[in-house]
Amino acid sequence: MALVFPFSAIVGQDEIKLALLIAAVDPSVGGVLAFGDRGTGKSTAVRALAQLLPKMKVVVGCPYGCEPGRPAPACEHCRGLDESKVKSRQVQVPVVDLPLGATEDRVVGALDLERALTQGVKAFEPGLLARAHRGFLYIDEANLLEDHLVDLLLDVAASGENVVEREGISIRHPARFVLVGTGNPEEGELRPQLLDRFGLSVEVRTPEDLATRIEVVRRRDAFERDPEAFVAKWKKEDDKLRRRILAARERLPEVKVPDATLESAAKLCMGLGTDGLRGELTLIRAARGLAALEGDATVGDKHLKRVAPSALRHRLRRNPLDEAGSTVRVERALAEHFGA
Amino acid sequence: MTDQDRTERSPWADAVLAATLFAVDPAGIVGIAMRSLPGFARERWLATLKSLLPSDAPVRRLPLHISDSRLLGGLDLAATLRAGRPIAERGILAETDGGVLLVAMAERVSAGTAARLAAVLDNGGVVIERDGIAIDTPTRFGIVALDEGMTDDEQPPTALADRLAFRLNFEGVSAEPPAEDAATAGDVAAARARLAAVTAPDDVIEALCGTALSLGVWSIRAPLLALAVARAHAALAGRSEIAKEDAAVAARLVLAPRATRLPLPPPEEEPPPPDEQQQDDQPPPDGKNEEQQNVEDRPLEDMILEAAKAAIPAGILEQLRLAGRIKPRQPSTGRAGHLQKTKLRGRPAGVRRGEPRSGGARLNVVETLRAAAPWQPLRRRERAMSGGPERSARVEVRKDDFRITRFKQRTETATIFVVDASGSAALHRLAEAKGAVELLLAECYVRRDQVAMVSFRGKAAELLLPPTRSLVRAKRNLAGLPGGGGTPLACGLDLAIALGDQIRRKGQTPFVILLTDGSANIARDGSPGRPKAEEDALASARALRAAGITALLVDTAPHPRPLARKIAAEMDAMYLPLPYADAAAISGAVKAVSPPRESLAG
Repeated sequence: MALVFPFSAIVGQDEIKLALLIAAVDPSVGGVLAFGDRGTGKSTAVRALAQLLPKMKVVVGCPYGCEPGRPAPACEHCRGLDESKVKSRQVQVPVVDLPLGATEDRVVGALDLERALTQGVKAFEPGLLARAHRGFLYIDEANLLEDHLVDLLLDVAASGENVVEREGISIRHPARFVLVGTGNPEEGELRPQLLDRFGLSVEVRTPEDLATRIEVVRRRDAFERDPEAFVAKWKKEDDKLRRRILAARERLPEVKVPDATLESAAKLCMGLGTDGLRGELTLIRAARGLAALEGDATVGDKHLKRVAPSALRHRLRRNPLDEAGSTVRVERALAEHFGA
Repeated sequence: MTDQDRTERSPWADAVLAATLFAVDPAGIVGIAMRSLPGFARERWLATLKSLLPSDAPVRRLPLHISDSRLLGGLDLAATLRAGRPIAERGILAETDGGVLLVAMAERVSAGTAARLAAVLDNGGVVIERDGIAIDTPTRFGIVALDEGMTDDEQPPTALADRLAFRLNFEGVSAEPPAEDAATAGDVAAARARLAAVTAPDDVIEALCGTALSLGVWSIRAPLLALAVARAHAALAGRSEIAKEDAAVAARLVLAPRATRLPLPPPEEEPPPPDEQQQDDQPPPDGKNEEQQNVEDRPLEDMILEAAKAAIPAGILEQLRLAGRIKPRQPSTGRAGHLQKTKLRGRPAGVRRGEPRSGGARLNVVETLRAAAPWQPLRRRERAMSGGPERSARVEVRKDDFRITRFKQRTETATIFVVDASGSAALHRLAEAKGAVELLLAECYVRRDQVAMVSFRGKAAELLLPPTRSLVRAKRNLAGLPGGGGTPLACGLDLAIALGDQIRRKGQTPFVILLTDGSANIARDGSPGRPKAEEDALASARALRAAGITALLVDTAPHPRPLARKIAAEMDAMYLPLPYADAAAISGAVKAVSPPRESLAG
């Protein structure tokens, strides 16, 4: 496998890096959507994340990679297993690419053509959704994704289960994943339903100051000329970050959310008129994830403030005549609430 | 070829140089966008490029409407049937590994195809998840985008253009005999061997980044591509480190054509735009420009609209307008309908069981095969028992197995706002029209309709917003709008007709909304005078009707006059007096009268 650009070597782009780290600490924040300028390294960040994630334990032989001791209810393989006899092994957390041009059969899984043709056996061949279980599903150019695939994803992302009814196959399997999408808003907008599935949404801008740009070019050049040396050079940083994710995961259940913070979050969401409770929930979860990453024991306003733009900007009701973008509106509301 | 850049360069020589550098490092330089109609010069240039590439490098042509299975790969049906087990087939992209892909008619490449190409370029491999096959094939190639666009509206998709280092324009360029010191395939091969060892000193990297920034080249890919070009140039010259002259060539060939503004203030080091380039013996910009770190980061459109227009040479301005131009996406959402012709067109929207004969629906061979597959052993046994022929077909397909692909296609509506920006009321009218554009876009972006905007004032009409469905883009383009001056109504209508025609050729339905008070006073040729101007306006109105474009005229005059009504009649347009037109009223009116949505077929 070709080497990928190390996560910690990415210059700037703090918002997307933070959002991905939070999602790595607490997958329940929902996915991450990164929209922005071309060539800003959105895909680089996501691919780098794959290398960064700590390994996870899976049940040996389970086609969906269930967690030992906590099999997914929909998993047919693990349902009947005797817990004490389950063997486990460490694997890389899957970051599965949903390439453009993917066909439905490969996404949801279908009849195993090879076995059907050669042996005449009707067997199920799991698709990308199965592979992404407990990991990340990455859609580059999310706004160019075929509509029927979007429909499919929406359904699975909501239920955490993939139901396959094809070619006489009838199967249900767990498919719980963090959806990560990137795209360019100039190629068209995203369907609101899909937008809503993403917990955090970040805007990626081309860095405009010279020093940052020079550093980007320099590191990229160094990486392309000698990937092994470059990756080796950054390994320490990546390892450090990995340990931070692990520590944050352990800390997460203990991080407290005081009532005052809950109230702050609720007021903020009310002030912005976000639809539904999902915004509030995501805001709190993301803030908790951030607190865990930072090593803080309680979630405070400073955490809310940092994650609010990502958690809320895509949930605002659209007001096309408001010149200010949604980021500005969130920032305005933050300033009002926290008097910053 | 060390000192070659000191001599005066013709566009042809530049093109040959670009081809040479590209041949040295196709994967790093990624590609060349070549804007030219097919012709002798282009053929000669392509032949030159081919002669410089290694003899075993594949050169493949990418047809415009290639299917995913040919582009990316998939199931090789013939081989699968022959072998009785699934055999994967490589697509064109994988076949081009190590070579060059020629993208014909690049200006018509869909955003979808461009995104697929971009993904392969970015991943360094073709990742397919298709037809029951999952393969990751490492693939590196260069791209030559043959852009045959003739108008500014016809551009290769930006997702593709942004990744190609060179932008050449062959309009009016004729082929020249090869220069005496022209690089040979041998030189290129030697440079290729040297390439990896060429180092980039920090000041070169800084200079390229600085130049890009002060020319308003925002994409961070541009300096990276410039660096690759400089490296190839150094390798070709036999240097082990990138020198100033290498960086200068890279800045001239890669950065200047992308410039969106002239440097502020123009430092001497900046390379002038290519068409004015006489000499290029200026030293490359060196780190001195760092004062420019804090270059004004005003949005581009301010530059266009406020002042810079006159100051920027035509070549640069053209680039400005091209920046961010986007190919419309294929339509994809909507209701099911029954347009016969769309049975075979549009994008696939799933597969269902059905007869390929009914209504000419297209058989999906792979799905059919898939459906037939599990039954094969059974059917063979069955046939043997019923005493059928000994050697039956390898795969028995029955009627039940037939799967047909459903296609979705919808005729999109593209609403063209034609706004009278003349006189004192202009600003208000423009602001409201702009509001209406944004409202419409915000409301119909789910349906993916498009909106465009044309304004006319002074002596001419101007395309302010090419058809788009992007709210982000509309906001940016419409941020500042000039107003005032005469009323060249005829020009406005003419531009709307031309645009309508273009939209129709893309398979969309144009719908014109004219916001004016109807008091034309500038004739088509730009001369003042009411009678001539009115006559021209009426003639253009008739032309609009002849073109069969549905229209609505919103009369914004405080006291509606008969002329506007007359123009509406000539246009066969609906007439709507709205003296205090506001954004909401306009968008409401548009929604009420816009042509019925044609639906998609299944």
